[in-house]
Amino acid sequence: MIINHPLLGPRDSAEFTYKGDANLINRPDPETASPQDWHDYAYLRDNPAGPHRELWFHDGGDRSWLVVTRNTLTHEITAVELARDVARAEGRSK
Amino acid sequence: MHDLSPLTPLGGTAPQIDTVADLTCTEQCDLALASVAARLGQEKACAAALQKLLGAAPPVAGKAHLAAPYSAVWAGPDQWMLGADFATHEDIAAQLKAALKDTASITEQTDAWCCFDLSGEGIAAVMELLCPVNMRALASGDATRTTIHHLGCFVICGDPNGFVRILGPRASAGSLHHAILTAMRSAL
Amino acid sequence: MTQKNRLSGGQIGRDTTLKFTFDGKQYQGHQGDTLASALLANNVRLMGRSFKYHRPRGPLTAGSEEPNAIVELRGGARQEPNTRATTAELYNGLTAKSQNRWPSLAFDAMAINDRFSNFLTAGFYYKTFMWPAAFWEKLYEPIIRKAAGLGSLSMKPDPDAYDKGFRHCDLLVIGAGPAGLMAALTAGRAGKEVILADEDFRMGGRLNSETLHIDDAPATDWAAQSVAELSALPNVRLMPRTTVIGAFDHGIYGAVERVSDHLHTPDPGKPRQTLWRIYAPRTLLCAGATERPIAFDNNDRPGVMLASAIRSYANRWAATPAQRIAVFTNNDDGHRTAQDLLAKGVKIAAVVDTRPDAPRADAYEVLRGAQVIDTKGRLGLTFAEVKLADGTLRTIECGALGVSGGWNPNVHLTCHQRGRPTWDDSLAAFVPGGTLPPGMSVAGAAIGALSTHGALTTGAAAAKKALGLKGRTPATPKAEDAPVSQTPFWYVEGCSRAWLDQQNDVTVKDVKLSHQEGFRSVEHLKRYTTLGMATDQGKTSNMGGLAIMAELAGKAIPEVGTTIFRPPYTPTAIGAFAGRIRGMEFHPTRLTPSHYWAKERGAVFVEVGNWLRAQWFPIEGETHWRESVDREVTATRNSVGVCDCTTLGKIDVQGTDAAAFLNKLYCNGFAKLAVGKTRYGLMLREDGIAMDDGTAARLEEDHFVVTTTTANAARVYQHMEFVRQCLFPDMDVQLISTTEGWAQYAVAGPNSRKLLQKVVDPAFDISNEGFPFMACANITICGGLRARLFRISFSGELAFEIAVPSRYGDALMRKLMSEGAEFDVTPYGTEALGVMRIEKGHAAGNELNGTTTALNLGMGRMVSKAKDSIGSKLSERPGLNEADALIQVGVKPVDPSKAITAGGHLMAETGPVNAAHDQGYITSAAYSPSLGHMIGLGFLKNGAERLGERMRLVSPVTRLTVEVEIASAHFVDPEGERLRA
Repeated sequence: MIINHPLLGPRDSAEFTYKGDANLINRPDPETASPQDWHDYAYLRDNPAGPHRELWFHDGGDRSWLVVTRNTLTHEITAVELARDVARAEGRSK
Repeated sequence: MHDLSPLTPLGGTAPQIDTVADLTCTEQCDLALASVAARLGQEKACAAALQKLLGAAPPVAGKAHLAAPYSAVWAGPDQWMLGADFATHEDIAAQLKAALKDTASITEQTDAWCCFDLSGEGIAAVMELLCPVNMRALASGDATRTTIHHLGCFVICGDPNGFVRILGPRASAGSLHHAILTAMRSAL
Repeated sequence: MTQKNRLSGGQIGRDTTLKFTFDGKQYQGHQGDTLASALLANNVRLMGRSFKYHRPRGPLTAGSEEPNAIVELRGGARQEPNTRATTAELYNGLTAKSQNRWPSLAFDAMAINDRFSNFLTAGFYYKTFMWPAAFWEKLYEPIIRKAAGLGSLSMKPDPDAYDKGFRHCDLLVIGAGPAGLMAALTAGRAGKEVILADEDFRMGGRLNSETLHIDDAPATDWAAQSVAELSALPNVRLMPRTTVIGAFDHGIYGAVERVSDHLHTPDPGKPRQTLWRIYAPRTLLCAGATERPIAFDNNDRPGVMLASAIRSYANRWAATPAQRIAVFTNNDDGHRTAQDLLAKGVKIAAVVDTRPDAPRADAYEVLRGAQVIDTKGRLGLTFAEVKLADGTLRTIECGALGVSGGWNPNVHLTCHQRGRPTWDDSLAAFVPGGTLPPGMSVAGAAIGALSTHGALTTGAAAAKKALGLKGRTPATPKAEDAPVSQTPFWYVEGCSRAWLDQQNDVTVKDVKLSHQEGFRSVEHLKRYTTLGMATDQGKTSNMGGLAIMAELAGKAIPEVGTTIFRPPYTPTAIGAFAGRIRGMEFHPTRLTPSHYWAKERGAVFVEVGNWLRAQWFPIEGETHWRESVDREVTATRNSVGVCDCTTLGKIDVQGTDAAAFLNKLYCNGFAKLAVGKTRYGLMLREDGIAMDDGTAARLEEDHFVVTTTTANAARVYQHMEFVRQCLFPDMDVQLISTTEGWAQYAVAGPNSRKLLQKVVDPAFDISNEGFPFMACANITICGGLRARLFRISFSGELAFEIAVPSRYGDALMRKLMSEGAEFDVTPYGTEALGVMRIEKGHAAGNELNGTTTALNLGMGRMVSKAKDSIGSKLSERPGLNEADALIQVGVKPVDPSKAITAGGHLMAETGPVNAAHDQGYITSAAYSPSLGHMIGLGFLKNGAERLGERMRLVSPVTRLTVEVEIASAHFVDPEGERLRA
């Protein structure tokens, strides 16, 4: 597969390592989260047949974490974002 | 002056030089390296300080600034690898800290890397056996980090037809060198 | 040796005579021959025996779709089974053997299988060998495998090298026939980066096999001129001998280049084959078409061939399988073969055309509305039995029979991403359809444009469209544009032992049987009968099977559908997938800065991850590793030892939020760590399980150096970047690995300070007061070399770790040895390191094994409740904190002479030994030279409360039962007095 890195352009997926569901960015707020929230965060993953937002690490490149939207049926990649930007947009700034 | 004598990454007392056909691979040991990563909120100040130091804007993604006394390669968002002559810049981290002050985190990287310079004819044919970088599309000043023989390496293009520099992890210098020479013998 | 069946002309180099052997017999051929063409020229038709019935077989085709002429090439370690004689390029000294026959090709004892064919029909092994079940593995399967196997392996390591490489282009053109050449010319002339790949060693495709004309000159000339023009273009790369084997995601294609297969042995340094990964945003498939046979009884005798193949042998290779040949066809193309053969002086016995309205010919006899119904000839064709239009029979003498059942476009690569071909009634064939791999388009015969004109025009137009080229399409050269004129005809009525799939010995009867037994899906047909399996993947047989199946089911062929194709397009050597990544090059090796010195000392090395580490340093007189290790431990505990610990991961953490970041990363607190101090840290996964441990040294207010275990260095760095970028994106913290930048040595033992004082520059006070336990500092040594010093201890002794830039690591090690001579300084390896950490009760990988928590490791109280950190919340789960939780303990044998092994389980002194009574398990064990007996570390339920208890250590695997006493994990210096000395 080819991942179109937002800064470096198209790169072979062999340069990346895969982590999984991009929901891992949404770590519960330790001040307010319930045990159930923590359980869900640690153990529950969606496994959709279709578009899936997932985390890839550019291990053999610039060491950026990326959020890649990939269709698990066709492998079509429709969006690639820097995970740091996604995290900020999702309110993870301190 | 201390009394410890250095070894090259390949374990020799002098750099190793190998030639296959018209292409030469030289173990380069005269390079001091340090990473520069802008502090949060200091990105502009860091870039400005780097500009002053380099005499040019710090390189953008996929690019290198090839000059003296300092060269710079983009390494990541707001991160660069700076290189200079070892003889005058063995304390490169301290020198950069003095220039960049609190705008950046600076880490000595001189001995974290080994460096092989390819010069001569047939670079593209060799590189296409080593890594997925499209050498035919590279121009002078292009630089990227990629994987060679499972090793994370920088590939810096000085002249697409005549000079490429490969930086790889120092502890694997022997494996990287072997991979480069094997590719040279295969392609040339 | 004469080449009795060599004709005039052809594209072979007659000036070069090549000698080769087949089954030990010497033959001669020419440059440009394949093994098959050379054998045919030498009047050899019999080239193999069939898979199941051991029937004599000769080549059916002249290309990579060949099912029959499968041979063992070369000898010794280079022996390569199942190689197609039809594509094997002849070289001087080539040796080949036929396969699947015993004792010889002409007399094969296993041909008796043919007589028992009633027992060996489709699915025979499911039926015949069902009972008794126990016989299957021991008796039936070995016999069947021996009888039915194809070639044999050399069982020796492959002496050749293989490469992998990467190529990029704007347009990849697959196939260098008229469509591919025209496409490459169109794109190449427009300045685009083009790769033109073709599996043949001579580009031109069918043009090399025909007597056609392009622009009023022989088409072979046009092909040669086109290749010459393309090779002169710097933006075009020609890749002959290169098979594109797969179409993968996002325009990545796999292609195998046979770099040296046409040579006796590869040139020095050169690979045998290269597997290319081609990045192509646009791809044009010009893979041509494959002629299909017609099924009739005994249609598998050597000499029965595809008509187009006979034409190829005659035109391109100037070889003929016989001097008198008949043709059996359902279309006009079959007549071309008769015309071309006649022109070469070969006699045409007759052209048997199934069409009652077949074209007439003056030069040869046409039997209209007739069918070949059977053949004769034990080891090769001698007669064809023909049923004429009026029902009468006629026997025709011929040494070869060309069969033409129409053409199938080569759609294979269009299916590699689940594309489904669609049926074209006018061609009576499947053409590319459905969803093609993104970026791929198809031209020429592969899309059903079977004429030369069609190939040239679709090739040019498709290239132009794929690349978005502007302007008028230049006129394509003039060429024939014959329409497809055929009447679908798949098999002769009433035939039974008529071969569809010659490689798998699948007959029309087998397909009928499969239908009769209820297999309705085409995929089931394939699996039940094996139609379309093995090395040729049914390239010549699938259509026939489908057509019969459709007829039996009373459906149209498109309703039955087709199986789809998967990579690789042709069989690919495993070596090509491995490339150079084998043996010692399987992964890169990492050498420590003291490696060369350790090698000089005769160290024994061990692989740890990719690192080579000194395991122990034997000295003269030592014959067993334990002697060396015991000595190293004792010497270190009594005086001073040195160990290279460079391999520990080192990560530079800087920034104003560095301390806050480490507070998130480690379960214990780091915010208050003073500058100049080091602290042990335990990292948890978010689920509360321990992930890694190490130390963090605060060199400056905003600068830490973190260490990780050797094995987890890369994973921990990745985790840290995840925490930094994804969880806390606005912390001011920067990370970079410095593992290889610093040579780091542990200097341990009561004399370690004295030794270091000899190298550390006098300006630095490393006394216990000036540099207490857990101190760290930037210092200089040996007269000014920058270095780092940490007072940390894994061994439990007074100890330091000293780091210098890697290039000086070798010199520092030598310096420590020479300066330490007065203390009998002893280098120690990973084994002694391991013994000492077990004696001290320090957890390592065996204990941090992915199932253990801080509580299990005896560090439950370290998990700070005053702050949030990764894993802190979920480590509070009740299930991980039950009263009888496993706690790390030490164990020692009650009888000091007894052994303890890791992996054993702890059971009560009496009572049953089973999982229900399991109390815990041992993770690490070693002989302790300090104590004089074996010791172990392990986990025991409620272990902290059970010190002194006696238990049984049981290992059913090693049949061990030993009485042990539960002890503190800290066997040596439990109060920690030594390391604070």
